[in-house]
Amino acid sequence: MNRVKSWVTYLQVAPLALVFLLFLIVPILTIVVVSFFDYNTTQIIPAFLLQNYEELLLSPVTWRTYKQTIQFALITWALTLLIGFTVAYFVAFHVRSSTMQTVLFLLCTIPFWTSNVIRMISWIPFLGRHGLANTTLMNLGLIDQPLEFLLYSDFSVVLAYVHLYTLFMVVPIFNSMMRIDRSLLEAARDAGATGWQTLVNVILPLCKPGIAIGSIFVVTIVMGDFVTVRMMSGGLSASVGLMMANAMSLLQYPAAAANAVVLLLLVLGIVAAMMRMVDIRKEL
Amino acid sequence: MARKSNDGIGRRRMLKGAAGIAGAAVGSGAITGFPVIWAQNNKNIVLRQCGTGVSAINEIAEKCKADLGITLQMTALDSDAVVQRVVTQPNSFDIGDIEYWMIKKVFGANTLQAMDVKKIKLFDKIVPIFTTGKLKADSVIAQGTAPSTVSFVEGAGSTKFAKGQTQWFTIVPTIYNADTLGIRPDLVGRKIDSWKDILDPKFKGKTSILNIPSIGIMDAAMICEAAGIVKYGDKGNMTKAEIDKTIDFLIKTKKDGQFRAFWKTFDESVNLMTSGEVVIQSMWSPAVSAVRGKGVPCTYQPLKEGYRAWGGGLALAKHLQGAQLDAAYDYINWYLSGWVGAFLNRQGYYSAVLETAKANMTADEWGFWMEGKPAQGDIKNPQGQIVEKAGAVRDGGSFYDRMGAVACWNAVMDEDRYMVQKWNQFIAA
Repeated sequence: MNRVKSWVTYLQVAPLALVFLLFLIVPILTIVVVSFFDYNTTQIIPAFLLQNYEELLLSPVTWRTYKQTIQFALITWALTLLIGFTVAYFVAFHVRSSTMQTVLFLLCTIPFWTSNVIRMISWIPFLGRHGLANTTLMNLGLIDQPLEFLLYSDFSVVLAYVHLYTLFMVVPIFNSMMRIDRSLLEAARDAGATGWQTLVNVILPLCKPGIAIGSIFVVTIVMGDFVTVRMMSGGLSASVGLMMANAMSLLQYPAAAANAVVLLLLVLGIVAAMMRMVDIRKEL
Repeated sequence: MARKSNDGIGRRRMLKGAAGIAGAAVGSGAITGFPVIWAQNNKNIVLRQCGTGVSAINEIAEKCKADLGITLQMTALDSDAVVQRVVTQPNSFDIGDIEYWMIKKVFGANTLQAMDVKKIKLFDKIVPIFTTGKLKADSVIAQGTAPSTVSFVEGAGSTKFAKGQTQWFTIVPTIYNADTLGIRPDLVGRKIDSWKDILDPKFKGKTSILNIPSIGIMDAAMICEAAGIVKYGDKGNMTKAEIDKTIDFLIKTKKDGQFRAFWKTFDESVNLMTSGEVVIQSMWSPAVSAVRGKGVPCTYQPLKEGYRAWGGGLALAKHLQGAQLDAAYDYINWYLSGWVGAFLNRQGYYSAVLETAKANMTADEWGFWMEGKPAQGDIKNPQGQIVEKAGAVRDGGSFYDRMGAVACWNAVMDEDRYMVQKWNQFIAA
């Protein structure tokens, strides 16, 4: 009787386990295996070499690129958190009618129905030397030389990231906020807390799971990005993802695989650290 | 099968069955998609062509369908993606539209088949750059991967390049051209006649070169050589020391803020130029036309050091056989028969067989595009838009002036792996 039951359980988890095995475990293992292979211009050659890792980790370019990528991720994370939290707070607590809340929330998501790439590229003519931003500022007499840093710079990269990924912060934080029992806020006020104290001591701690989920989204996406960096920096800046794309475009798959393994470990480390700070499952 | 899923064996069998179906699907794709009954009937033939954007032209596919009945499905990719596709997914295409510098990389992977020159009707009429290597009898073969050095393999099925001409042709040339710097004559405010002019401090933050390592390094070499920074033995096959010097110089130039951006695709170069972000940059000929088409002045400036040339052509996938292979030869013969040649020449490219193209063009068109003569009337592009007014002369002059002044062909170097590492350093710097 008991054995039959265990069979049924196995059968029930089998589809999902199979999906994970085929589409997650096997590809990752393949990447790990390939990262030890040798390669030349046209082929990858099965082998067990540490050369890919040596070339990667001993090169100052790698370290500079990782530093740059982490820097992008940190700045983007801080800005999206600030903006995302503010927007969510406004919609959750300042907007009284629930119809209005839904409308405003939908309004936030509407731009995200368009393509990611289009939203990014549309910044280019806006920020360019003779773009809308510069022309306006010059016509207003605020500047007499076009601001060159607006486009093809780290500024434009971060701007695009923040624009693209703030929603990933807004949604989970908004979700957390909507779950907060309003009587807690009344209790806080009754106990004499100021608005700021309520925010810091009641709302913020209760939003931690939402913040953690949003942070995981933003950080992992930015760490792996290569398109935004290339388009918005005009090829002047690098990112880890771009390094991999470059290697792959020249058929240097093992080098790209080694880089992917290192990046994966780094991102897993970051996510693990976040999970330590906030137990998402417990607080959901 | 679903009924049996209560016991383990049933499930395993189901998996086996699924694997079998998948295997059969892969297998049939590898053999060829079409039964032999349809041989000689091009109407049912579909050829999948993958290549760079330059030659993925819808009009050609339409005309091909009308003339031959063959359905051409074109996929446009960037150069790197073409190399990847040809090497790693050999069954995903039938015709590889590849460039000469790629041949060295991709032919070794044995995913393409050399073609029999006896089946190419106009083989003898192909411009000699691609066969003997000499445009005229006294021409010197330029540096880099000169097409003639990779045009022939030693035998059917061989991947070893032959020294001279053989019966086995790697690719049939379709499009080629001589590249140089594009400038905005209204904004540069000085005479431009050398590759080194891109380094003029006056153009600080207003220049760009292309970020495709194997091509970008050549433009960089033309610049470094012109500026006297590096002397090369062969720009198309640099030594490590030459690569180091070139890249170090580029890094320094980048840090000084000379470059506004690096472009990777055709449209990026057009946008950089039309928006005025840059005034002098590496460019491709149709990009210059595209900029002019938007009413923005742009010159494809001939430079005294000469041109960096490139060329592409059609290669046959290894898996082609039977009716599909015959159709592929029909397609290639049709490609050389004139209509396409005229079409390409009208875009400012050059085509492989000049005679047949000439027969499909007006005398004025031929004079303007190929002979460097002033246009008698308005010159139109293949879509019928006027691109040049009467009296205009082509930048750089005639076919022989331009293709005769090639300093270097796009190339893959022996130190390719090292060069790419250094190039990545340059981009990350």
